[in-house]
Amino acid sequence: MIEVRSLSYAAGATPILHEVGLDLAPRGITALIGPNGAGKSTLLHCIAGLARPGAGTVRIDGLDPFAVPDRRRARQVALLQQSPTVASRLRVAELVGFGRWPHHAGRPGPEDARVVAEALTAFELDALAARPLDTLSGGQRQRAMVAMAYAQATPWLLLDEPLNALDPRHARDLMARLHDLSRPGPDGRAVVVVLHDINAAALWADRVVAMKDGRVIASAGADEVLRAEILEEVFDTRFEIVPHRGRQLVVTL
Amino acid sequence: MTAGLRLWLGLGTALAALAGLSLCIGAASLFSGDLGTGWLIAVSRFPRTAAALLAGMGLALAGVVIQQTVQNRLVEPALTGTPEAAMLGLLGVTLIAPGAAPVWKMAAATASALIGTAGFLALARRIPRQDPMLLPLVGLIYGGILGSAGLWLAWTTDLVQYLGIWRLGEFSGVVQGRYELLWGIAALALLVYAAADRITLLGLGETQARSLGLNYAQTRTLGLVAVAAITALVIVTVGALPFVGLVAPNLVSRWRGDNLRANLPLVAAGGAGMVLAADILGRVLREPYEIPAATVFGVFGAGVFLWLLYAAPGPARNG
Repeated sequence: MIEVRSLSYAAGATPILHEVGLDLAPRGITALIGPNGAGKSTLLHCIAGLARPGAGTVRIDGLDPFAVPDRRRARQVALLQQSPTVASRLRVAELVGFGRWPHHAGRPGPEDARVVAEALTAFELDALAARPLDTLSGGQRQRAMVAMAYAQATPWLLLDEPLNALDPRHARDLMARLHDLSRPGPDGRAVVVVLHDINAAALWADRVVAMKDGRVIASAGADEVLRAEILEEVFDTRFEIVPHRGRQLVVTL
Repeated sequence: MTAGLRLWLGLGTALAALAGLSLCIGAASLFSGDLGTGWLIAVSRFPRTAAALLAGMGLALAGVVIQQTVQNRLVEPALTGTPEAAMLGLLGVTLIAPGAAPVWKMAAATASALIGTAGFLALARRIPRQDPMLLPLVGLIYGGILGSAGLWLAWTTDLVQYLGIWRLGEFSGVVQGRYELLWGIAALALLVYAAADRITLLGLGETQARSLGLNYAQTRTLGLVAVAAITALVIVTVGALPFVGLVAPNLVSRWRGDNLRANLPLVAAGGAGMVLAADILGRVLREPYEIPAATVFGVFGAGVFLWLLYAAPGPARNG
């Protein structure tokens, strides 16, 4: 369980988050939606212990991310930032290998090698394993970054717009993969993902958190949040809800 | 024999051959009998050879560290204001305490190089990343400003001659007793290698590195200290050697990628070998005159820099 209480954050004099309170369930996919500048990325950074809030608290399974050593925190929660600009010429397998760094700190063992191999296969990167990152397309690089975060093997996986640069097939495959690994079970992860494609949230998310102007407008099951009146309040534009195979798809008008 | 072993045997042989050549070449013949062979080697040839190897290794490693720190591989210590800042520190200590021991000059140069490089890093955080050419240009201007301040200070205090010596790296003045500080680079090289994984993580950017559990601020400071100290050591003992920190890391990166745990030794060996080769060339090209190693390397380095710009592997295509 992630518990966020009265969280406020300001960048200089500009307030970004206002008294955010939020509980995130420890299984399944939680989609974070909202217009540009709603504070979604900042909230993820605060939860991951990477941006220190001005006020309020974050607890990840009872752990204060700002009070534990960096590597301990990195075994509890992984954050993949939005459109990471990586100039490094690491090879894909080496990058994914660095996902294991919080576990081994420089001395990888057989378990680390096994997880890296599994991550490469899970994200269809076997054929690209020996390629330097700067020779990949934007979408391939994005998948490599997600695989790295996956290899971190944290109970919590926070992804900031991971569908950027992905074509429809790879976007679908990534969401399906996240769906599988977030099912309840001994290895089940909790995935929190910022999505701009509301229908990706409609199709794959178990719960949806809608944000606007640094506040949480709604946080509930996907069907309860993805309703025309809530979406119109959040995005300031008109929506129509179209039922589709037991899910609710969303069309902008 | 594995590929790695073959590579190291080849590199080791090349470095040993260069070092052997460097020990044999000079104004006085090793075996003429005018001067004792052992004496000549101990006092002049070995110090000169060791100085070129250490300076080359240090600057190449400093190049990697600064490139990973600012995530830009067109930057090197000579493009971050570090040498100019070190020279300012040296001028300052020369003015205040002309007779100071080399260690104190070294300390002053390192301290001011630290401040100068920290200033560059602060600038780098404010420069947008989209165009990788922007940061080296900013560094060039920043170094130019620090350099002008140094020139003005030297001009008004009649120390311009010193500035000339520090600016143009060459090894003809290296003799026993005047280069030993450079062995500090060997210690710094070990420190950098011990932090190889952390420095690789710096190259992923602050957010990603911290998300992986890296103590980012601490690692950045460690890199900063290494870059400033290495550059200051080289300036104090042999003078500035531009392009070394650019060429060696980039050639290795193109060839073998950026996993520093595996590649830092190659970068170090490459920088050492290239600087020694430049010094040997400078000694034989216009005998009996010497061309400074920095000049020889500058010609080669500028060529490689142009190649890097035009034959870039390119911003990876979207798709």
